Amino acid sequence: MEDFKVINNYLMIRLPDEIDHHKSVDISSKADRYIMSGRVENVVFDFERTSFMDSSGIGIILGRYKKVSCFGGKVYAVNADSRIRRILLMSGLENMVEIMDAKKAYGEVEK
Amino acid sequence: MIEVAEKREIGTITNEVRVEFGAVSENESFARMAVAAFITPLNPTLEELADVKTAVSEAVTNAIIHGYENRGDRNDKILMDCVLRGDVLEIEISDRGVGIEDVSAAMQPLYTSKPELERSGMGFAFMEAFTDNLEVRSEPGCGTNVRMCKKIGMSPWIGSEE
Repeated sequence: MEDFKVINNYLMIRLPDEIDHHKSVDISSKADRYIMSGRVENVVFDFERTSFMDSSGIGIILGRYKKVSCFGGKVYAVNADSRIRRILLMSGLENMVEIMDAKKAYGEVEK
Repeated sequence: MIEVAEKREIGTITNEVRVEFGAVSENESFARMAVAAFITPLNPTLEELADVKTAVSEAVTNAIIHGYENRGDRNDKILMDCVLRGDVLEIEISDRGVGIEDVSAAMQPLYTSKPELERSGMGFAFMEAFTDNLEVRSEPGCGTNVRMCKKIGMSPWIGSEE
């Protein structure tokens, strides 16, 4: 199961083991509830537990990016293994998502 | 394992499975797990396994949300045929859904007919990138058939010369 946490104005999303279309619908709608609450400016996707992702994952990230970027928010990806990085790059997300070292990202968030 | 492979002729079917399942999103993970299990005897690398799972997941998702327009009707069926010819895996995923009007437009990266569903438009691009060959045939009103091939495992092609 994925989980959600708000630290300062960052929404931290710990993604599940497998991200496909079936899972993505729920993740996107839960994330949007936090974003719409107004407490969230930036979104951090944590792939620590994720071993599989198809293009549905790209849809989740792109959709959240569109929602937060118009208010100046940013989207980060942490703990992305080489395969997930490859999928992000193949989809042209490198200009929208900052792929970050987990320690650095969590340091940033808790500032 | 390799000895057996050496006696195989290219083109001879060495194993096959056919699975039919309901076009519901729960079955996306079933389909990719089934193919992963099917190719396990070939000792695929983790990378190959992930490639095949991703490609299958994309094709099945397309069938569910585009072919059958995400209506979640258990009577809508997806047929998945997996064939091994030596170490070459062929996967065919077919639906009897709405079909695709313009296949080459649909295959363009970032193209999506359903922007409201937040699809990335990368499905066919991923199938193409993660397999060796992709063919898409579709007839509006009749359905779509996606055929993908991929060589699996480290056993060399020269094995089949004997």
